[in-house]
Amino acid sequence: MSNIIDLKLFELVEKIKKKEISSTEVTKAFIDRSQKSKKLNSYITENFENALQKAKQFDEKPDFNKKLPSIPLAVKDLFCTKNIRTTAGSKILENFIPTYESTVTQNILNEGGIIIGKLNCDEFAMGSSNETSFFGNVQNPISENLVPGGSSGGSSSALAAKLTPATIGTDTGGSIRQPASFTGTVGLKPTYGSCSRYGIVAFASSLDQAGPMTQNVKDCALMLEVISSYDNKDSTSVDFKRGQYLKDLNENIKGKKIGIPKQYRVDGMPKEIDELWKKGMKIIEDNGGEIIEINLPNTNYALPTYYIVAPAEASSNLARYDGVKYGFRSKGENLIDMYEKTRSEGFGDEVKRRIMIGTYVLSSGYYDAYYLKAQKVRRLIKNDFDEAYKKVDAILTPSTPSSAFKIGEKTNDPVSMYLNDIFTVPINLAGLPAISIPAGHDKSGYPLGLQVIGKAFDEQNILNIAYSIEKNINFKNNINDWWIN
Amino acid sequence: MDKLSKENKEYLIKRNTNEYEVVIGLEVHAQVLSESKLFSTSPTKFGSEPNTQVSLVDAAFPGMLPVINEFCIKQAIKTGIGLNAKINKKSIFDRKNYFYADLPQGYQISQYKNPIVGEGTVTLDLPNGEKKIGIERLHLEQDAGKSIHDIDPNNTLVDLNRSGVALMEIVSKPDLRSLDEVNSYIKKLRSIMRYLGTCDGNMQEGSLRADVNVSVRKKGSKELGTRCEIKNVNSIKFMQMAIDYEANRQVDVIEEGGSIDQETRLFDTKKNETRSMRSKEDAHDYRYFPDPDLLPLELDENFINDIKKNIPELPDEKKKRFIEKFKLSPYEANILVSDIDTSKYFEEVSKNSDVKLATNWITGELFALLNEKNLEITESPISSKNLSKLINLIKKGTISGKIAKTIFELMSDGDKDPEKIVEEKGLKQQSDPKELEKIIDKIISENPKNVELYKSGKDKLFGFFVGQVMKSSGGKANPQLVNEILKKKLN
Repeated sequence: MSNIIDLKLFELVEKIKKKEISSTEVTKAFIDRSQKSKKLNSYITENFENALQKAKQFDEKPDFNKKLPSIPLAVKDLFCTKNIRTTAGSKILENFIPTYESTVTQNILNEGGIIIGKLNCDEFAMGSSNETSFFGNVQNPISENLVPGGSSGGSSSALAAKLTPATIGTDTGGSIRQPASFTGTVGLKPTYGSCSRYGIVAFASSLDQAGPMTQNVKDCALMLEVISSYDNKDSTSVDFKRGQYLKDLNENIKGKKIGIPKQYRVDGMPKEIDELWKKGMKIIEDNGGEIIEINLPNTNYALPTYYIVAPAEASSNLARYDGVKYGFRSKGENLIDMYEKTRSEGFGDEVKRRIMIGTYVLSSGYYDAYYLKAQKVRRLIKNDFDEAYKKVDAILTPSTPSSAFKIGEKTNDPVSMYLNDIFTVPINLAGLPAISIPAGHDKSGYPLGLQVIGKAFDEQNILNIAYSIEKNINFKNNINDWWIN
Repeated sequence: MDKLSKENKEYLIKRNTNEYEVVIGLEVHAQVLSESKLFSTSPTKFGSEPNTQVSLVDAAFPGMLPVINEFCIKQAIKTGIGLNAKINKKSIFDRKNYFYADLPQGYQISQYKNPIVGEGTVTLDLPNGEKKIGIERLHLEQDAGKSIHDIDPNNTLVDLNRSGVALMEIVSKPDLRSLDEVNSYIKKLRSIMRYLGTCDGNMQEGSLRADVNVSVRKKGSKELGTRCEIKNVNSIKFMQMAIDYEANRQVDVIEEGGSIDQETRLFDTKKNETRSMRSKEDAHDYRYFPDPDLLPLELDENFINDIKKNIPELPDEKKKRFIEKFKLSPYEANILVSDIDTSKYFEEVSKNSDVKLATNWITGELFALLNEKNLEITESPISSKNLSKLINLIKKGTISGKIAKTIFELMSDGDKDPEKIVEEKGLKQQSDPKELEKIIDKIISENPKNVELYKSGKDKLFGFFVGQVMKSSGGKANPQLVNEILKKKLN
């Protein structure tokens, strides 16, 4: 069955449940394609043999009541997986094998999912192009030498190339939505507190959130249902009633008020993006929704705020990688020397840059001017959204200010790299849910995404709006398997 | 150049014509009595094999998150109530960032600007009366692990058993003025926490340690001098030695025309001196910021009230009750309430016997016995039940006080029942007037000369007759009755 890899996640689930295909067949198909796709460098660690064994076990003794009955899935290498190496894309964790399972991946396992491998990502999720990974660049299946976005670049690449029927990423400032947008796939960052952070290698604790990355909105609803759960091992996990996202998915958006923030029209944005945005608005109106212009006046401050808060938390979160307990250790004359060598050799440049920024903004004498002020601005940004949501049910914006760029194009210009997250970062600062769906192409034929931002814990609403747009926009990804000989 | 002016109640340091007052503030680190750690479920048992009480959270593995242990929060609130302090309904856990091998996270979770407990007071019972010491704050924080430098010649070894154990840091105002006050303050804190069951106060196991802030100023001056902080002193004796050394050092510097640098110092217990550890300029920049893994701690009014309702009687109230109800002197009451186990023992004994006798026997014979055998009152060889029986035997006149002391000694060997000892050894007091009269008549008839002398006015001889009667009864004669009958017969 050569077309297994072309099936959507929900179709695979149906066919396995109907016994039309076996898990072994499905798992084999994705592993075969993964093995033919090494050129993409999507994987850091493969778990193929183990996955095949699990699939066989399932076929012998199937349990069709699970939401992911023996579905093979590769996941971002930021999730700790028991007995499977977890690197966070860093040399400092190059040989780290956790003895524990993250709650999100445990939820996948509990619903029958099989982990076939760990996917590449920017080092400690710090990056927008997957170029900061210790394990090398990842290719975007759309075109050779194109970045797949980041930090969940291995995830977006593997998903778009059909090496895995769905995947999960983490999103601190856009790390799910931007790579989804760059690869013509769907990515959802849930409300902060929806998915447990337990067992996810921390980047910026108050912003990090795991989320699904899929081929389509329906798969996204299914994956969200699996991974979102209240977890008492994470003090920031929120105990709200989670929806039946898949069952309740519908395209009826009649009467929905959708906000368009004028602050998201930025200079130098390609014409195609503006056109795409208008197309999105038209679809909403055609389907009975109402477009309302809104004001998010503090949008301009989001990026600078983010680049204070996130590095501050990161500088502290990454202090535990000191060579003492686990991970990479370099020899030193004494304790301080060992620390310096371990961390100099173990971390890459981008990580070091952010640790330095974070250390600086938390230092006495600078704390008030930077960190404290950033926290206040963060509050204002959140207030902007609260105000807007008095008038609208959701907000529509482009996902990114540009399409995917070439590998190496921005590596020497961190600020231009940071600007890539301009539309996604405010949502993390406000802790809101947002989904990016593919909506069109630029003049080079690279995919572009639209972002639907929702109220806190209103994932069902943005899934429905995205579903409605998806049904009407007729997006098709142009992937010609260029990397397979 | 005498260091201490002992005759004065005040602790003053004299140099030439100047007198200096010593100003002391303490930051006491008290280990919270709790089965598990502040942010993880690992056990806290002292003395376990190295690295056996460590969870993934305590060792700061990637992706591990702290979860507040509600019991430790309750313990801190209890302690706050015991310190008559304000309980803050909202408090925040911050990260104190620094690198050290026994600090796995690379930061300590502590409370910085918003502690769980605010200002309070502790009342000291000093020989010349009470003194109130202000409490600045109490906050919760994690303990670090332990670095061991002397096992392996080339490496430092790390034991993380203590990593993450809950500590309460209790910060006093600079209200202490002498070594005696420091002694009294630590003992009182310890007593309060032991009453509450929030800290076992065991200084040998490191459950109670202190950073000591010391400054000096000329007597009468209202301004505080520059202080030095002496880190991590773990016994009252060492605190006193460190303060005495440090205060004298500061006075010497000032007398020689110098000034005190604000710095952190270490106390060397072997050399009995403090040494500079780091100056203010070298002070760590801990980059405190609210821990994003933990939400602000918000306490419900009812939650606090429920804890308040279940606070046991504390030493100050107990002392007051003992004085009012039992008519004890403040001195006696103090001795009996300062340790919770002593007060429990006393209440058990006095519940079933005479209070005055119970007080005397516990603070006299029992304390002497415990001292001699180096035992805690909880390990007393004589149970409260048997001591109250002994006291009742005295009170009823079954035995004399003198015989009681003999019986007490016998009781201490295996907590024997005093009633049985009396019976077995025939130590019952002779209280039958007819029997006593027989003995007395015999003594009178055997000593006609002394009878004559007594009658002629030599009153002192009365004691002679009592002694003879006691002797001939083997010490068992009821002394009161002997007195009565003798007086009747001789007069």
